[in-house]
Amino acid sequence: MSERTFRIWRGNPQDGGDFVEYTIDVQTGMVVLDCIHEIQKQHAPDLACRWNCKAGKCGSCSMEINGKPALSCMTRMNTFEEGETITVQPLKTFPVIRDLTNDVSWNYQQNKRIRPFAPRPRDPDGEHRMMQEDVDRVQEFRKCIECFLCQDMCHILRDRETQQNFAGPRFMVRLASLDMHPLDTDDRIQEVRDESGSGLCNITRCCTEACPEHINITDNAIIPLKERVVDRFYDPLMWLMRKLKPGNSREKTTVE
Amino acid sequence: MTTTTSATESRFGPRQGQKPQGGHVSAPLTTQRSDPWQIGPLLTLLGFGSFVVYVTFRAFQGLDYYSAPYLSPFYSPLVYANPEYYSGSPTFHALLGNLPAEALTMWQQMIAWLPLALPLSPAFFILIFPASFRGTCYYYRKAYYRSVVGSPAGCTVCPIAQGTYQGETRLLLIQNLHRYAMYFAVAFIFILGYDGWLSLWMPVDAQGASWVAGGGDPATYQFGFGVGSVVMMLNVVFLGGYTFGCHSWRHMIGGRLNRFASSSGETGLSYAVWKMTSWLNERHMLFAWVSLFWVMFTDFYIWAVCNGWITDLNSWSQTAAIGQ
Repeated sequence: MSERTFRIWRGNPQDGGDFVEYTIDVQTGMVVLDCIHEIQKQHAPDLACRWNCKAGKCGSCSMEINGKPALSCMTRMNTFEEGETITVQPLKTFPVIRDLTNDVSWNYQQNKRIRPFAPRPRDPDGEHRMMQEDVDRVQEFRKCIECFLCQDMCHILRDRETQQNFAGPRFMVRLASLDMHPLDTDDRIQEVRDESGSGLCNITRCCTEACPEHINITDNAIIPLKERVVDRFYDPLMWLMRKLKPGNSREKTTVE
Repeated sequence: MTTTTSATESRFGPRQGQKPQGGHVSAPLTTQRSDPWQIGPLLTLLGFGSFVVYVTFRAFQGLDYYSAPYLSPFYSPLVYANPEYYSGSPTFHALLGNLPAEALTMWQQMIAWLPLALPLSPAFFILIFPASFRGTCYYYRKAYYRSVVGSPAGCTVCPIAQGTYQGETRLLLIQNLHRYAMYFAVAFIFILGYDGWLSLWMPVDAQGASWVAGGGDPATYQFGFGVGSVVMMLNVVFLGGYTFGCHSWRHMIGGRLNRFASSSGETGLSYAVWKMTSWLNERHMLFAWVSLFWVMFTDFYIWAVCNGWITDLNSWSQTAAIGQ
């Protein structure tokens, strides 16, 4: 057992706020979320904090710990130096509701803007068939728990004025999962560039560093989408090939 | 604390120039991280800067790039040669043979205003290709956006430039040329591979003596190998690992497809190559730095052998001749 000090931001947009220090005894094996619960129990029962599964699977307890977006339930106390004061804040990118809770509803609005899965017709026996090799790639994207740490970490959403033009890494992952899906028939490349703003991403990979599910957001989702945008809009050779062999651009990305 | 009111602010957080909610900072290069985040960008800047200084010096030097049978990768493929003017230029190795006297005269007139006699280095015709490939590489873009322009310098570190952010739109649409740079980079792997093969063949004259610059084409070639051959072949391996792990290559070779498998469930060559490329792609940063260092070392090794600073151990029972 050791004594640890926390600096936790307390406040709300109407009344403002500031950091408040709390000191508690920490037991072996505790995570930051355990400590916040201990602070609620001992010092501040009105401290607002969102959590649910305590297993890194619900994505509810996202916050910034020592300046880095992280799941508080997966941040072990033994990763900090002995005697280090631990600073805990709400996410910077989204509006604060109170204390450590944010309004992340903007993300759900972004999600609604993406056209849903549009599968090709079923096989004559009424089944949809996919080969495992084709599905492996998009299954990685299904690991997303929508914690929005990548959205918080992304400097475009976090610090830039043009943020409203960029959907953010989470939704680039969703677009990639649809565009690369072996059954999907919808052409989303124009949407990727014009509505979701793929060109704004300058691939500094912070989103990938933030992902608690270790989804390789940059290399496997954003860059492949940017390359598909290059195919469509910026590569004269690909343009020439489409002219020589006209057809549905969606069919161009598939082989049989 | 500022109370947010506009539509944008209610959807997002506070904007730059306003006091952030949640105790966050917003001034350039500020962060609430407690780890030494500056080390990564500084090391990148140091590594990059060292390479740029070295390669610029060696390209402008225009000397000591061939020590039989080794040709520096900075000068490969050798476009032209001028043994009378530059030391270490093998005519038989040059694509266009000797540099025409008129071209040399024209160049000297062009640079007459310079205080230094700048040589018309064959490297000028070569380095634009690897430079454009690395300059538009997805890994290096991250590296220099972070370490050179601070956009941002580190994750959750506030960006240096506080103006309107355009990302890779408008002027930086030029980054989309990476695909074309990749085509040339792939060609260079084969060219450097051929140089690796040539590094096993020592040029000799009719008497069996080592070839020297200005002595015309060699009479024959003697098979063997030296430390320089190993250095040059490793260069091809590392550059190949970097080039064939390229994101654009990965896309063109199979990533653009949504279905690798046929309706019978069989996957073809595209899938196999895409899988191998994906393995390299996961190590793209590693190969980017190893190949950057090794191509520099390969050139330095040949430069050092040219000047007699080191002796190339080889099977030709003689030290590699300095192409003077």
